[in-house]
Amino acid sequence: MNSVEQIKAQIEIAFPDARIEIIRNDSPSAQHSLLVPAAHALVAAKFLRDDPELRLDYCSNVTGVDWLDAELTEKVKVKKLVEGVEKEVEEVKKTQRPGYLESVYHLYSMEKKHGPVIIRLRTENRSDKANLPSLTPVWRGCEFQEREIYDLYGIVFDGHPDLRRILMWDEFKDFPMRRDYTEPDDYEYEPTPHDEVAEKAKKHFPEASPVA
Amino acid sequence: MSQSPSSTIGIVGGTGLASQASPTEGQSSSFGAQSLPHHQPGYSLQPKVDAAGEVSSELLEIAMGPHHPSTHGVFRMDVVLDGERVVKLKPVFGYLHRNHEKIAENTSYLASMPYTDRLDYLCSMTNNWAYALAVEKLAGLKPTERAEYIRVITAELTRLLNHTCLIGFLVQDMGAMGTPLMYAFREREKILDLFESLSGARMMCNYMRFGGCRVDLPPGWLDQARAVVAGYPQFLDEFEALLSENEILLARSQGVGVLSRELAINASITGPMLRASGVNYDIRKVDKYGIYDRFDFRIPLGEHGDVFDRYMIRILEMRESIKILTQALKDIPEGPIVDPKAKLRGFRPKAGEAYGRIEAGKGELGFYLISDGSPNPYRYRVRPPSLINLTILEDMCLGTTIGDVMVILGSVDIVLGEVDR
Repeated sequence: MNSVEQIKAQIEIAFPDARIEIIRNDSPSAQHSLLVPAAHALVAAKFLRDDPELRLDYCSNVTGVDWLDAELTEKVKVKKLVEGVEKEVEEVKKTQRPGYLESVYHLYSMEKKHGPVIIRLRTENRSDKANLPSLTPVWRGCEFQEREIYDLYGIVFDGHPDLRRILMWDEFKDFPMRRDYTEPDDYEYEPTPHDEVAEKAKKHFPEASPVA
Repeated sequence: MSQSPSSTIGIVGGTGLASQASPTEGQSSSFGAQSLPHHQPGYSLQPKVDAAGEVSSELLEIAMGPHHPSTHGVFRMDVVLDGERVVKLKPVFGYLHRNHEKIAENTSYLASMPYTDRLDYLCSMTNNWAYALAVEKLAGLKPTERAEYIRVITAELTRLLNHTCLIGFLVQDMGAMGTPLMYAFREREKILDLFESLSGARMMCNYMRFGGCRVDLPPGWLDQARAVVAGYPQFLDEFEALLSENEILLARSQGVGVLSRELAINASITGPMLRASGVNYDIRKVDKYGIYDRFDFRIPLGEHGDVFDRYMIRILEMRESIKILTQALKDIPEGPIVDPKAKLRGFRPKAGEAYGRIEAGKGELGFYLISDGSPNPYRYRVRPPSLINLTILEDMCLGTTIGDVMVILGSVDIVLGEVDR
């Protein structure tokens, strides 16, 4: 099967304005993935499915990943004048990476029996611009899995035929698989002030807790 | 219809039909329109007719489940019926949801192993294997030779018990009360006895470890397993003689719930359902994970993609599993049970990600893991075959009668522990 570099080149030949990025995976599995810009996701997915050489007709696994705001540290070699002499010095460069949500698609081919090709889509941020195009029109198998991502991560899939909560109940407000989700103090409908619950509630509402 | 259908029985006004007459009016009009036969009591068995003389009907919205006996657990289908015909069906999940993925992300890699037993609680061995395989891919571990054989043996035994039970449930849904299911459970019990003497638990085995298995086989286990496997073809013959040519089973399953090849592929259907639709895709052959390339077995394929094909595929797959088991039980070597380099405590895979998948009894069971170098997985995802195989439930059920819905659902083979996770 083609390598990720070849697939990247194939997509970029077909859609010259699409900027595909390869995400390296250093683990022994060596399953590298392709970061596809959301604007080109649908056409790129159709291309991957219909290209006679790739024929990735089977979308096996779809899942969400939450990446919080993070400070990335990177060692960079910089040329500097040290005591009048130009030297190469290692410096730690810190960059702020804004958080985003990601949806990951594992594609295989039932016809050619190869795979996986992994594509990733990223939202702009984790709050108001958490939209991605739905790939359900291309692979029907994404339907329930994208609903699940919407339910648990809060990614809104534009173009999904039936985007409702799937595992949590309809009235539920938050997205429980997000990394910064805080569980409620009490799961019962009527609060029961046993010790564990009371401790949690005290942390959340310090002013309301009675003075001992 | 509204977005969230009501949970109780409700009546949806006659959509698309001119008449909105109340039942009593409809009845009186039918009384008026037709001359009653002379011996009739005060009611008519004729369908109601509207003003234009057309037969009128109303749509009935029913919540089937979550405690309907044929939904195989806490699963609900919101069905809209026109008479007995299904015009709409929406599956509703989540009654057994405990956010398995979140729990696993808050604990170490090893601590999730017993929890995977509870996904598809009939087939804990294959669940263990899928998870162990994904972690081994992530960390670059290789199971020992003996462990690979034990994994194949336990996985194929699991496939036997899964398919046997499923056929028992399926014919139970068709009205064969008790007897075939009890035959199936009798055979399952023999396999569960093997699992119990191997792992200490009948169903929640928690047996596989990263790089091998937990304990070695107890003395005499292989002989016991050989006896069970040697007796299985005879049981299958009996089972088939009882069922395969049964007129009711044929009438209820042939041509019912047909799934086309193209739709099956596009909707990511896997496992026996996919192969019943004629797609030659078995991960044991495609990925050759473990040591499946060493065994001689074939992949049975269906032709029509109906319920009967799904039943027959499972019977034939069991016969192939017996072939694999016979070979594996003959060839199993002596040796260590777990890779000595694999660490149990303080296990921290390098940062990266891996997707590992196996052919479980119900389809492709996959685990997707992202490691950030800490003892807990950053992302832990289960690809549940049962949930994804339900995608086309509505497509298969539309236009059939409500009685066939149960048979079609039974042929999908779901376990709610895995659907809801």
